Amino acid sequence: MAVDAALLRELGSVLGPGLLSTPEACVAYECDALTAHRHPPDLVALPTSVEQVQQIVRACRRHSVPVVARGSGTGLSGGALPVAGGLLLVLSRLAAILEVDPRRGLARVQPGVTNLAVSEAAAPYGMYYAPDPSSQVACSVGGNVAENSGGVHCLKYGLTVHNVLAVKLVTMEGELLTLGSETGEAPGLNLLAAVIGSEGLLGVVVEVTVRLLPIPRRVELLLAAFDDVGRCAEAVGQVIAAGIIPAGLEMMDAPAIRAAEAFAGCGYPLDAQALLLCEIDGLPADVDDELGRTRVVLEATGAASVRVARDAEERSRMWSGRKSAFPAVGRLAPDYYCMDGTIPRRHLADVLAQIATLSTAYRLDVANVFHAGDGNLHPLILFDAGKDGELERAERFGADILEACVAAGGTVTGEHGVGVEKLGPMCSQFGSAELAAFHALKLAFDPAGLLNPGKAVPTLARCADYGALRVHGGRLPHSHLPRF
Amino acid sequence: MALIEAPAGQDLTDALAERVRAASQAKTPLRIVGGDTKRFYGRPVAGETLALAGHHGVLRYDPAELVITARAGTLLADIEALLARHGQRLPFEPPSFGQMATLGGTVAAGLAGPARVARGPVRDYVLGARLLTGDGRVLSFGGEVMKNVAGYDVSRLLAGSLGILGALLEVSLKVLPVARGSRTLRRRIDAQDAIDLLGAAAQRGVPLTGSFWSAGELHVRLEGSGSGLDEVVPTIGGDLLDESAAASLWHSVREQTHPYFASARPLWRLSLPATTAGAALLRADRVAFEWHGAQAWLSGIERQTIDLITRTAGGHATLFRRDDAAVSVTGEVFAPLPAPLLDLHRAVKRVFDPAGILNPGRMYADL
Repeated sequence: MAVDAALLRELGSVLGPGLLSTPEACVAYECDALTAHRHPPDLVALPTSVEQVQQIVRACRRHSVPVVARGSGTGLSGGALPVAGGLLLVLSRLAAILEVDPRRGLARVQPGVTNLAVSEAAAPYGMYYAPDPSSQVACSVGGNVAENSGGVHCLKYGLTVHNVLAVKLVTMEGELLTLGSETGEAPGLNLLAAVIGSEGLLGVVVEVTVRLLPIPRRVELLLAAFDDVGRCAEAVGQVIAAGIIPAGLEMMDAPAIRAAEAFAGCGYPLDAQALLLCEIDGLPADVDDELGRTRVVLEATGAASVRVARDAEERSRMWSGRKSAFPAVGRLAPDYYCMDGTIPRRHLADVLAQIATLSTAYRLDVANVFHAGDGNLHPLILFDAGKDGELERAERFGADILEACVAAGGTVTGEHGVGVEKLGPMCSQFGSAELAAFHALKLAFDPAGLLNPGKAVPTLARCADYGALRVHGGRLPHSHLPRF
Repeated sequence: MALIEAPAGQDLTDALAERVRAASQAKTPLRIVGGDTKRFYGRPVAGETLALAGHHGVLRYDPAELVITARAGTLLADIEALLARHGQRLPFEPPSFGQMATLGGTVAAGLAGPARVARGPVRDYVLGARLLTGDGRVLSFGGEVMKNVAGYDVSRLLAGSLGILGALLEVSLKVLPVARGSRTLRRRIDAQDAIDLLGAAAQRGVPLTGSFWSAGELHVRLEGSGSGLDEVVPTIGGDLLDESAAASLWHSVREQTHPYFASARPLWRLSLPATTAGAALLRADRVAFEWHGAQAWLSGIERQTIDLITRTAGGHATLFRRDDAAVSVTGEVFAPLPAPLLDLHRAVKRVFDPAGILNPGRMYADL
């Protein structure tokens, strides 16, 4: 698609070499981590200042050119997929840590700073930034804000929305707004809450103030093995019902355990059907106390074995299996497709059983490794894109899992975002009135509809098609499966 | 564990929606009322009453899920009692300011009590909401799960929105277990030293879940699973209060029945950065603060002085309680917004309340 010459001149004078417009240079940005969807951008802007971002956005606004913001490109739902005729606004060069202040308990960073870099900068003061998505080495704080990213410690420490105090936002009109404040409070509506997780549709985040927390004085990790997936799922609810809020509560099923053990040699029991990793942190005496109570609960729920990591070294080895589970599972098949539904914890056992039934029906293997404490499932569907029809089958399998999550009172995405990937399933979760309100809210921020158009919220027309596709003769696919 | 049975309550959704649709067509302003306990907060609203109190009842509560869903008119006291029976609580410790306070009013007012300093604001615990918009649409946002990034997070946007976007019909909140142990300490200390002490302790991970300073006296609450607390008590120092004295102290702070608040009119609330709070508070005589200095109360002081303080210290001020003698207020009670941000507020208001009939002027004169 031809780029307007006047726009090209204008952007060139703002950005100089920070503007890419040749296909060879732009192709590197054709996708994010959802690589099944690719579209080479026509223009890539790499601004180095907030003023440049404003100038770029204003120029695009004048020329009615869509703008897609991108951080590190680690997103799993295609949120940073370029759009036809649009400009890709890459914020990776806005990567300065502007301030770390332990006394005020905050860090102020530019959007391109990586998640882990914030914790590294805070570490000398005994503090850290709590959200820890698995891509934290690479993913950017700006991207975390766009996706409301989570991680393994959300149950106790929350998502990005709980750990961001303020953002500076450039609107599509080029205005620079401050939402929130360093105390986390600001007069007026709580617009910061609407912006976090808005997938780049409401504005471009150019600065983020995050809350820092003191590094816990003591951390212990407990591994419980179960010979039944259902019992393991029950145990999750029992721990929480006992008044214990673990820092992390992660579950893996047998395929995930075996893959992780083969990959990382992390000491997992290979005969287990499921395991729980339960991290407890806090004051030393409190940790001892909670560890004891957790062990009692787990044993009472029928854990085959419960052990506590002896030292930091064993703890990190036990975590390594969980943290490398995705690449480990990735070795089991040429491709895998990661889902992200969240359900009320009481339905964990049932939905896991449904996923197993679907796995048989679709003739595709699945491994489960997920944030059980949050009810946030990550079924990894194994397939071979090289085999005829397998990708389509995997996608249908995935959509059915998300339908099951919605039917169980959950959501189609817990932390990965909708992007382009889950536009269809969004139609199951929301009615047309809510979707219309979402579109109207976007237009309140971006009246011309130029920011990341077509992402995150499906059009009503698309939902009509999606319904037609999925409902045959008034029956959902697999209507023999119990839905609740 | 399973869902807890609760009395059925009463569903007035249809009648309320009908009423709002009619008002929208007639352009009749509505004043949304739950228990009418926070009428003092925000600007006065002239309008017919839209009463939510009859729309009540706990819909779902499963302690193992850490989530409660109830209709907006459910009494806050009933919800707190139900949670307490299962060893849980609303983590943000909201003030009720009266026995008739409702869940909807609590979320719409967005006010949090002493525990806010450790556990965050109301917004952080809102998981989902059902909203009756200004043109009578009934919309559901969010849900009952801990992690949910499908669609814009409208339910959190509604926390503290003072009813200007719609009337809350139902709210789902995350709840937490009550801490197993709690200690409250009291010591004499001046304001700046208190702020420094609290800041340093918080930075080192001492589990402070409340602080209140008034008239040279600091109260600090620590909470944990129990045995660990005794190790950290000496880092604060002072005298240990017994359980009932501690409970009544924190209740009086949360509900503003503490002697400091008795004749504090007009009462200003300042939200202040930690590093400037101490100096800012030296400028006023009648001062109290919570949240390690981040929330300060000032009374008997002119608006000009308040403006001077926030200009130099940062943060912002709210005219929290007006002088009882002044029936109406001419100026704003919340800090003014920059023009582009106010424009955005207007645009967002139009999305949910196109006719501008819901709580008009409650937050800002022309919003």
